[in-house]
Amino acid sequence: MSERTSAATTTFATPSDREITMTRVFDAPRELVFAAHTDAQHVQNWWGQRNSTTIVDVLDVRPGGAWRFVQRDPEGNEYGFRGEFREVVPPERLVYTFEFEGMPGHIVVDTITFEEHDGKTTILSTSLFESVEDRDGMLESGMESGATESWDRLAELLDRLSAK
Amino acid sequence: MANDHLSTTFAALADPTRRAILARLAQGEATVNELAEPFALSLPTVSKHLKVLQRAGLVSQGRKAQWRPCRLEAAPLHEVANWMEDYRQFWDESFDRLDDYLHELQVQAQGHEKGKEHTRERED
Repeated sequence: MSERTSAATTTFATPSDREITMTRVFDAPRELVFAAHTDAQHVQNWWGQRNSTTIVDVLDVRPGGAWRFVQRDPEGNEYGFRGEFREVVPPERLVYTFEFEGMPGHIVVDTITFEEHDGKTTILSTSLFESVEDRDGMLESGMESGATESWDRLAELLDRLSAK
Repeated sequence: MANDHLSTTFAALADPTRRAILARLAQGEATVNELAEPFALSLPTVSKHLKVLQRAGLVSQGRKAQWRPCRLEAAPLHEVANWMEDYRQFWDESFDRLDDYLHELQVQAQGHEKGKEHTRERED
């Protein structure tokens, strides 16, 4: 195991001020990488921070099915994460919501695609940040003109802020 | 409290007109009239959006009665940027762990295969 020279890194990009994309190549067939996301036995072995234990409370992988994981840190504090699957296409695609119970109403929609080339699997994950109002369509939609440009400018502003 | 604040910021950012208003204010102070102009919006509509932005702490308005310029307040955007950074770190670490774990699984599977070969050899 020690001779392993994995130089794999996660590539991040922020196409807009509410979106993060993450790309990562794994040296494994995509059936296995997909299973690592959908099988509770697997999930508890990698999901979350290294110094914490992950408990898979619910993992109902089907459209409309719920998931809930709990992270327990070394001090015994527990942090719950939950969401709902929106699309399940084994072993190609998963769409689900992600919500930290410590910040309710603050929802991320994750779309993950799994692509295999030469026995390696590329994960492309897009996280879109939504609010409850957003999700439930409670916000009146504004003017669309000039909206795209303002996304870009606001994204630049956020970039400058996070660079500080 | 900070968490609720973050949700309010996200809700405020969810609307394209409000994002456009923020982008305009990122270039400098502006009056409500000036903000309404490029969007061909009525003043009450702009005022409504400004109220949402003010509640989220993203915009403040001067007290000078006749002019009352609007100003961008960047602090809540900092919070959003920080939250996104935490989220990114969470996944970076998880993906590193997944990489290790997938490797382990495949080594184990190979071990199993070899084990089977050994058994077969012994059977032969």
